[in-house]
Amino acid sequence: MSHGPTVQREAYISGIGMSEVGVRLTRSPLKLTVDAIKEAVADAGLTLDQIDGVSTYPGKMQIFLGFSPVGVDEVIEVMGLKTRWHTGAAESTAQLGAIADAAAAVRSGMARHVICFRTVYEAAAMARPQEYPPMQRREGVSGNSQWVSPFGAFSAACWTAQFAMRHMKRYGMTREQLAQVAINDHRNAALNPRAIVKKPLTMDEYMGARLITTPFCLYDCDRFTDCSTVVIVSAGDALDEVTATPIRIAASAGSVERYSWDQAEWASAYPTGRDLWKNTDYTARDVDTVQFYDGFAFQPITWLEGLGFCEVGEGHKFIEGGTRIALDGELPMNTGGGQLGWGRLHGFGFAFESVVQLRKQGGARQIPGEPKVAVATSGGGPMAAALLLARD
Amino acid sequence: MAWQRSRIRLDNDNRAFWTGGAEGRLNITRCADCGQFTHPPREICRHCQSENVAPHAVSGTGKIDTYTVNHQKWAPDMEVPFVIARVRLDDAPGVFLTTNIVNCPVEEVDIDQPVRVTFEEQAGLWYPLFEKVPA
Repeated sequence: MSHGPTVQREAYISGIGMSEVGVRLTRSPLKLTVDAIKEAVADAGLTLDQIDGVSTYPGKMQIFLGFSPVGVDEVIEVMGLKTRWHTGAAESTAQLGAIADAAAAVRSGMARHVICFRTVYEAAAMARPQEYPPMQRREGVSGNSQWVSPFGAFSAACWTAQFAMRHMKRYGMTREQLAQVAINDHRNAALNPRAIVKKPLTMDEYMGARLITTPFCLYDCDRFTDCSTVVIVSAGDALDEVTATPIRIAASAGSVERYSWDQAEWASAYPTGRDLWKNTDYTARDVDTVQFYDGFAFQPITWLEGLGFCEVGEGHKFIEGGTRIALDGELPMNTGGGQLGWGRLHGFGFAFESVVQLRKQGGARQIPGEPKVAVATSGGGPMAAALLLARD
Repeated sequence: MAWQRSRIRLDNDNRAFWTGGAEGRLNITRCADCGQFTHPPREICRHCQSENVAPHAVSGTGKIDTYTVNHQKWAPDMEVPFVIARVRLDDAPGVFLTTNIVNCPVEEVDIDQPVRVTFEEQAGLWYPLFEKVPA
């Protein structure tokens, strides 16, 4: 009997699901999560007894329940699952790292069908602080927060804005160029029935909006949202159990520059973008659509540069005027509305929308032609993860 | 700014940083073996893993690496706008400090300007702020 190397399996996204998307929902986060799981499992054509893995980012956070109100344990319990592999880890490579981890698990044979979920409840939590206490930023501050909060930099907006200001000063980025991210997101969201934003945004509305932290105005910052997003990751040798069109996870990458945001000289989109291409034969030229993390409007610019769609310092020129990233452009971006238009789904929305487009299920927002390859990214500060997704 | 800054929970790693201002010292953890700096401060050098690290008073001068003018009142007692900046210290290579640029109008702040530390004390904590160095 031989004990040599075995053939590595492939990993696929076999199903997608999403709960109601809203602001200040009253339906509980666990119920939202179950809604999304049921939709994803049915979409894949699977039943719950075929699920043997669960993965999430970042896992339940008791000190910040609005940010992550549901843990792997609750999902396993409430769905009656018998799992052989599970993980939920804040200390991983950003949101989509949870999907990359699941892909590694099914490739190695540790699981066959893995529920990957991300549930956010930040809008409801803000409305009901007695049930969902906010993170403490004024007293007893420790960890990395101590290096930024004392100076009024409470929000990632203030941290990310400094990277954006450097692009303006060093590379000449203008607010009109930056505006194309929000304008493109709003235009696409208006075509997406599940998105929070219902109508397009004009340049005048953008330029007239109140400033949050320069160069970011209100429209450059995503809005707290209540939602659960799920993708099912399945092993290549289990696809005969799946009825949906499977989308292959062709490559993934993730990295961290420094854990304290202010010590990272560059956003982690740069090393993560470079590394993604080391793990595949595909190149940037093969990509039909990109779904770039846009918690703040500047982040897609770093992903365009980091993944090599343009040179460093040229991302704002790439999106100038908005035609190249539009649905009928050469590189349709954030076709579902991104986080600025769809809502702050926190990373998983980009994997979801990639699958929608590659399956040609986008309806009014479907990109033309026969899309085969998409990039989904998450994170945009010192931590980041990226997935390369392909329809075979 | 009169607003209450975040109160830090002091520990053995961060105490010298947050209290050094009482003696006018901007303390950054430095390794006596390799001479490099570790920030955020830890009990082990992040460059050579030596345990021979200690707070070291740097000159307190630097350059504005980048910045943002914050207009949002993240807390009710904040007075806006104010400048949040990342300062690159002159004599601690690789170390950045998030801080505020004070004592000048927000529109007069720019990247690469030379700055020096000035401390603001609240409840026994000494917050290192920076001001522009007169030309």
